[in-house]
Formats: sequence, structure tokens, C-alpha cells
Amino acid sequence: MSVKGRGMTGNLRLRRLALCGAAAVLGLVGLSSTAMADDAAAGPAAMRRLTQEQYKQIVNDVFGPTVTLGGRFEPDVRDAGLLAVGASQVSVTAAGLEQYDGMARNIAAQVVDEQHRDLLIPCKPAAPNAADDVCAKAFLSKVGKLLYRRPLTERELKSSVDAANAAATKTGSFYNGVGLALAGFLEAPEFLFRQEVVEADPDHAGQYRLNAYSKASRLSFFLWNSAPDPELLAAADSGDINKPDGLKKQVDRLMASPRLETGVRAFFGDMLAFDGFSTLAKDTALYPKFTSQVLRDAQEQTMRTIVAQLLTDKGDYRDLFTTRKTFMTPLLASIYKVQVNFPEGVLNPWVEYEYPANAQQAGILTEASFVGLHSQPGRSSATVRGKALREVMLCQKVPDPPGNVNFNLVQDTNNPNFKTARQRLEAHRSEATCAGCHKIMDPVGLSMENFDTIGGFRTSENGAPIDSSGELDGAKFPDVLGLGKAVHDNPAATNCIVNRVYQFGVGHKPTKSEAAWMTQTLAADFKTSGYKFPDLLRDIATSDTFYRATAPQTGALDTPNSKLASGH
Amino acid sequence: MIPLKTFNRRRILKGMLGTSAVTVALPFLDCFLDVNGTALADGQKLPVCFGTWFWGLGLNPGRWEPPTAGKITGFGPELAGLEPYKDKVNVYSGTKVILDGRPMITHFTGDWAVLTGTTPREERVEIPSVDMLIADVIGTKTRFRSIEVTSTGNPVHSYSRRAGAAVNPAEPSPAALYARIFGPEFKDPNAADFKPDPQVMARQSVLSAVKEQRDDLAKTLGAADKARLDEYFSSLRQIEQQLDLELQKPAPMEACAKPEEAKEMPPGTEVGTVFANHKLFAGLLAHALACGQTRVINVTFNDATSSLRKAGSSMSHHVFTHEESIDPQLGYQPNVTDFIMNISKGLGTMVATLDSIKEGDGTLLDRMLLMASTDTGYAKVHSLDNMPLITAGRAGGRVKTGIHVVAKGDPATRLGLTVQQAVGVPINSWGTDSMQTSKTFTEVMA
Repeated sequence: MSVKGRGMTGNLRLRRLALCGAAAVLGLVGLSSTAMADDAAAGPAAMRRLTQEQYKQIVNDVFGPTVTLGGRFEPDVRDAGLLAVGASQVSVTAAGLEQYDGMARNIAAQVVDEQHRDLLIPCKPAAPNAADDVCAKAFLSKVGKLLYRRPLTERELKSSVDAANAAATKTGSFYNGVGLALAGFLEAPEFLFRQEVVEADPDHAGQYRLNAYSKASRLSFFLWNSAPDPELLAAADSGDINKPDGLKKQVDRLMASPRLETGVRAFFGDMLAFDGFSTLAKDTALYPKFTSQVLRDAQEQTMRTIVAQLLTDKGDYRDLFTTRKTFMTPLLASIYKVQVNFPEGVLNPWVEYEYPANAQQAGILTEASFVGLHSQPGRSSATVRGKALREVMLCQKVPDPPGNVNFNLVQDTNNPNFKTARQRLEAHRSEATCAGCHKIMDPVGLSMENFDTIGGFRTSENGAPIDSSGELDGAKFPDVLGLGKAVHDNPAATNCIVNRVYQFGVGHKPTKSEAAWMTQTLAADFKTSGYKFPDLLRDIATSDTFYRATAPQTGALDTPNSKLASGH
Repeated sequence: MIPLKTFNRRRILKGMLGTSAVTVALPFLDCFLDVNGTALADGQKLPVCFGTWFWGLGLNPGRWEPPTAGKITGFGPELAGLEPYKDKVNVYSGTKVILDGRPMITHFTGDWAVLTGTTPREERVEIPSVDMLIADVIGTKTRFRSIEVTSTGNPVHSYSRRAGAAVNPAEPSPAALYARIFGPEFKDPNAADFKPDPQVMARQSVLSAVKEQRDDLAKTLGAADKARLDEYFSSLRQIEQQLDLELQKPAPMEACAKPEEAKEMPPGTEVGTVFANHKLFAGLLAHALACGQTRVINVTFNDATSSLRKAGSSMSHHVFTHEESIDPQLGYQPNVTDFIMNISKGLGTMVATLDSIKEGDGTLLDRMLLMASTDTGYAKVHSLDNMPLITAGRAGGRVKTGIHVVAKGDPATRLGLTVQQAVGVPINSWGTDSMQTSKTFTEVMA
């Protein structure tokens, strides 16, 4: 049949190929190195929908781990490599709000049930079968401040207390009344969206910054992936957070907390696209070792590697790609085909493990969380892995494939001439339309071919030995260890992490002035620190830029007309 | 106005066609419409319903089209599953998606161009799909404005969206869908007794408190964020409407019966699992429509970059489309075609299920219009020509069926416009740039 008019025009195709070529040579996206750093670097304030992880973390932090959610979240959306940035673009659909509504009532019912009410509600009603204005107010103002991440306005508190009282009267239960009012908080836009509010910066005429509560939220979600705790909110109440010493004190406190690990895990879970595991399917007929426990172990292995390397050992970020130290469970050890001594009588134990120097496994790129997540259900994919490495680890965008591709050259796996992925892809790359992009993905991905679709180690495919040599931006290497080293040494990797961490905090793609600041200040400081990840977090969290905002749109400035409820 | 019983559509049709074989354009009188002004025909008093049914990776050109234009006498082998319903479906061949110089984003451009009327400029769509435009007109008085499901286990596999950056999440679990529709909050329209629940009234006052803050919130927002907040509040209105309906005794629905509780099924992309989940969804959705819980449904059989696979095979449907050779004897890709036959069987199941619910002289399918579409005309080369399009049902008499429409390279949006007009959306033109059209498929309009 005719293929005319079906794909892109010749010019467009040429442009796309040119783009692929440029990507290979320049290391693509990354940061603008020509723009001048701007003392007043700033981006827009954001309105972000809570991510699933944040929602869960807040419920856990405010009500404790015994309160369960019981619902399904609206899927998060990824933009610029992060769900944290996609969160600034999504709303709540009708089906999504139904889920939030169900979850809110389920959570609230647990908070006010007999098991939890004495712990979580700071007062007792005069009679449990009637409204109690005073106790409802005490509870709702306290919990409302934690959930809205600022004190309630008088109007908000009144309408919530009124609703609780009305519900208590209608249903003959005080606890049912405050429970429903609490459910109202949990499905309100003030809770579900992190709406940042901007004010004029008194220290810099003509510039703007987040107000104290928005500042506290940005800091808290950045380091803990959760809402501010009462102490941080108190620093916003008093205005201490706007003083350099006050901010430093809070940053020190948040960084010293065990919750920092929660925040770091959340960031890497987002950057490494671990949300993909929730729908990852593998063919269990071909790979019977693949179970839901393997999925969990694979993610946890990488998280443990990251936490140990970056937080516990305060090591160099780049060593994540080369370290021989990792963690094993019996399931993982059997997939990776390594001998590990596990303690007896412990269910699914975790054990520290170090690969021997001659092993072909080192660094997080050789873990199942990477090679397994970026594969087809029934087999590995050098193209998918190469694309993922460029996009996830190096922040480089690989263009989409063109239309009208003749795939006849890529024959099925039973073709005796093309036993390995390398042979099949080389045939594919002889097609000019495909060559441009595949040559920036495949040489990277092919070096990971020693790992099958679930991360299992192998040395041959269909009886033919696997050649895992490859190339990344001019660096040639004989095997996957060389790939790890090439990523370690590639400046795009460290620029990428700086870029992603900052975007995770601010929730938008960097403006020109922010990009320049990142290159000239953040990236430079990160290098000076020896690529210590906590130093990068601190550098961002204590900077002015992180809390600055561009001029608000008309009417979007914080004004004192929202009178705060008494007592705050 | 003349009472419906004495002067109805059937009598007019009988009178006109009894004396002449010539096709007559019918006058569009108010008396053909129900009290809501939406749709009613053939003496039925039940409202029109609409659905989209999406499948990924198209069909094989030349193997699905009915052999001749006009009346359907049979189908190509890949639509053979629709044979028992050849009088109740229409097939549209020869339409295409026009790029207007935009990039061809594989497995994305085609699906959304057909469903939104606009060829996307980038891998991002921010305009509503046709089902939402329809739901805003016919879905405002039901408990659910629309219901989205996917048989693939992944809620992102949805081909329905409003203005925002995200799709309307699709329900992946039949058991969860059962609980959502037929759980404790379901009010049987045919139940004899009815008592309003005070808890529901209490929830209403709580939601009013949430709504009160709207103006304060919007005050500090820019235009884009304000639109997102508006979407939140329109979602809140649906919850409020659900509560309103829970406090009223529902109108009886003759064909409504609470279905058997759906058991939790393992999600997954293995084709047998997908087929089984889809069958359960078809049953639940048909009952939801028959019970008046919604008028708009969206079903995803498989995603555009189809992750369907067979147990024990290392390749997915999508990988097969690009890597499998055409069998020289057969003239097509055999494994790909196996998947296609499963998809076609799935569509047959959906149609059969809608047709199995008897309502008066007809079936639920008669007052339904189901539009089936895909992302490509030929997956092997990502073609956007000859997009396979199918409708099932008569939209309460607004659509004639049993017809093969052969378009001559017209934009596929002609179908989107046709279905909107058929179910009562007041619209004369739909789509943008070369996909813009003001021509319906008049051959099928009753």
C-alpha cells in the first residue's frame, strides 16, 4: 500500500535526524553554559497536586502508621523527567475525586474511631451523641493547620466547625461530625494542591519571594517529601524562617532528621521512574523467578545502595555507577547468580554484599531496578535501556521514532542470521531513517546485554556469546563496567542530578536565570564538595534563589485580607 | 404539542415508507425528543447512551473492510466476530489522519487526532476527547458523568480526557468497578422502599464548606492554575450530584438488574487475562447503563503501543508488528493477526453484551452508540491512512445501521462529528486545521 502522506515530511525528518546527531555530539539538553548567572534568578510559584507518595507520607506523619488509606490514586504525570514537575500541570478528574473522597472518608473514620480518637483528638466532647463547638474547633484548627500547611483563616475554621456541628446533629454523633469535617479537609483543594503564595521581598525592592508558609512547605517537601511539622510551621508563624539564621537552623534540623532518608528515597524514586514498577509485567512462563517480591526487592536494593552511598557513607554521587557494594536478598542473589551467605531463620533477609573485582556487575545500572524496568516483558531491549540511560541519568532527550519506518530488516528472534540483539539492531541501523537516533541509544544499551529482561546475568543469547562492548559520547568500553565508568566520568551525569534535584524542589522546568544559576553556582559547588549529595541539598535549601519567585500575575499577590484564625 | 402516543416517529415512518420507497429526510420536530431534549425514538422513553471502545495497533488493511460499499453483507476476516450484528453496526473505511506538517508521534498522533479532532503538535494533548464533549451534554443528570475502564491493568491506558494534561484514569479492576457502581451507595431504581440517608445529607454540608473557599483560592492564581482549579470544582460538582441523587427516589428502569458481584481478577497484559477482564467490564458497564447510573462509557481493550502478549512468548503485540515478517503464503503477519483476532472477538463481546439486555421491543444496544477507534491504519508502518472505524448501535433511532461507509481520504473527524450530532450535541463543525470538518456521514444519519 502507499505510504505517501503518512509520516513526516522530508525536511522534518532531516531536522529530526540532525537533532539526533547533535544529541550524540553535544550531550544535548542539560544546562545552558552561556547564560550569565543572575543574582535574582527566580521561577514561577507553583500549584502542585500532591503526589501519591506525598499524600501517603502526610497521612502517615499526621495520623500515624496505623491509619490506612484504602483507595487508588489518580495516576501522576511525568514532565521534564519528574512527577514532581508534572504535578504542576495536573488537576483532579471526576473519577479521581471520587477516589479522594472515598479515601478521605476512610481515613477520617479511622482517626475518629475508638482505637484512635483518644490519641488523635485533643479533647473530649461534653456528650458523644451531640455537637460540641469547643472540642470540634480545638481539633479542626489543629489538624487543619497541619493538612493545609498554614493556619486556617477564621472563615475556613468557622465553616468547617459549622459543618461538623451540623453533621453531628443530623447523625447524632460528635465523632461522626468531626470525622466528616476532617474528610472535607482531606479532599479540599487546599490540601490536595500545594498552592504557593508570593509576597514582595522586603529586602530586595522589586523582587518577590514565597511567603513564610509556602517557604516552609517548599523546604519540607524538598527534604522530607512531606508537609511541614509543627516546629517548621512555628518558624513560619514567627517569621524566623525568613531570617538567614532561622532558615539555617531549620535546614540543619531537617537534614539531621531520619526523615531525610524518606525525602532522598522519594527523589530517587521519582527520578528513576520507579512508579513504572507498579504496572511492570514480565512473562512468568519464560521467567518463573519473577514475582511481586522480586519487584519490591529490586527497588529496595537500589534504594539501599543509594542511601548507603550518599547518606550513610557521604560518598561521591558518581560512584553510584561504579560501586561494587550493594545489598542482596535470596531472591535477588538467585537472579544475579551470586553466592551470598544469608542468616538462617529470617524471612527475606537483607545482607550487604560486595561484588568481586572480576565480576561483570557493579553500580546501579547493573541492578534489576534499571535493566529490568527498562526492558520488554519477554526480553531485554538495548534500545529501551539506551534511551532510559540517556534520559534518566544524563537528562538528554532522545527524539521519538519517525513514522513510515520499514521494519522488514528487523526479523524475528528465530531468524538464524540474527541470534543476538546486537545483530538484530545492526540490521535495523542500516536503515538511514533509524540510524541517527539508534546510534545514540544502542551502543549504550548493548553494553547492558549481559542482563536479561528481569536483570538475570547471562553470557550468551540463543547460544551465541554476547558482546557487551559499547560507546557513550565518544568513550569506548569493552563491557558494562566500562559503561558505568563512562557515566561516572560524564559531566552530563552530575549536571543532570543538579538539574533534577532543583526541579524536584521547585516543581517547574528551570527558567533561563535559574538554569544559569544552577550551572554557575550549584554545579560548581557540587563539584567542589566532591559530589556529596547532602551538600547539594543543603546548598539549594539555604539559597535565596530556591525561595524566590518571579513577579506574580495580576492579583496573585498575598494580601493580608485572609484573616487568620485566632491563636496563630 | 401533540401527545407522543398519537403522533410518534414510528407512525410517521410507517406512513412515509408505506407509500414510497424513496428515502425521506425527516423533519426534526420536538415531538421526537424526550423531555430532556436529548433523544428518543421508536416510542422508547429511554435516553441515548454513548461509548468509545479503543484498541491499539489497528487492523491489517484489506482484511477487515466489508467487500462492498453500502449495505453490509459480510465483513473481512478480521471483523468476522461482528457477523451476528451486521445489521446493528456500521463500518467506516478510507478515512485518514492528516499531519499538517506536524511530527508523527507513533501510537499517539493517530489515537488522539481521531478522538479530539486535532492532530497533536507534541506528545501532549490538552483538549477534551469526543466522549467528554458528549458527556457534558447527555451525562449531566446521572450518578456518573462517564465511566472509564481498561482491560490492561494500567489506569493510564485511558483514551478519554478533559482539558488538563492528564487522561481520565481508567478503572483497571472489575471488582473495584463493581464496588464503585453497585456497592452500598447504589440505589436500585426498581426498589419499592426508599429512605434518604442522614449521613448523605451531612456529607452535603461538608462539601458546601469546601466549595465556599473557591473564590478565595482562585484570587491568588494565574490563568492556567485557575483552569486546573475549575476542573477540580467541576469534579466536586459530580460528587455533589451523586449525593443529590442518593437522596431522591430514582426513576424505575425496567431492564435494571444488579449484576453478580465481580471477583478480583489478576491484572495483566496476557491476552487471555485481558479478554477475561474485558468481558467482566462489558457486563458491568451494560448493567450500569441499563440502571441509569451513567450514559457515557469508555473502554480500553489494549493500549496504543499494545502490551498484549501470549504466555510464554518473549514478544509483545507491539514488538511483533514491527519485527514479524509477512508470511508470503498468508500475506500478513501471523502472530500480529492472532492478536487482532482476539481484539475483534473482544469488540464482538462488547456489542453482544449490550445487545443482550432487553428493553421493551429492543435492546440496550438500540439506544446506544458505541464508537470503536484505534491509533493506526497499519501498525507495521505506523500508517495513518484507512483508519479502521466502527460504530455499533442506533443511538435511539438517530443512526441507521448495517452500512459500510467508504470515505475517499476524508479526515477521520467526520465520524467524531457524526456521533456528536447523533447523540444530540449542538455542533456543526469539529476539528482543527485539515482535520476540521463540517460534513457528517449523512449515509448513516436517520
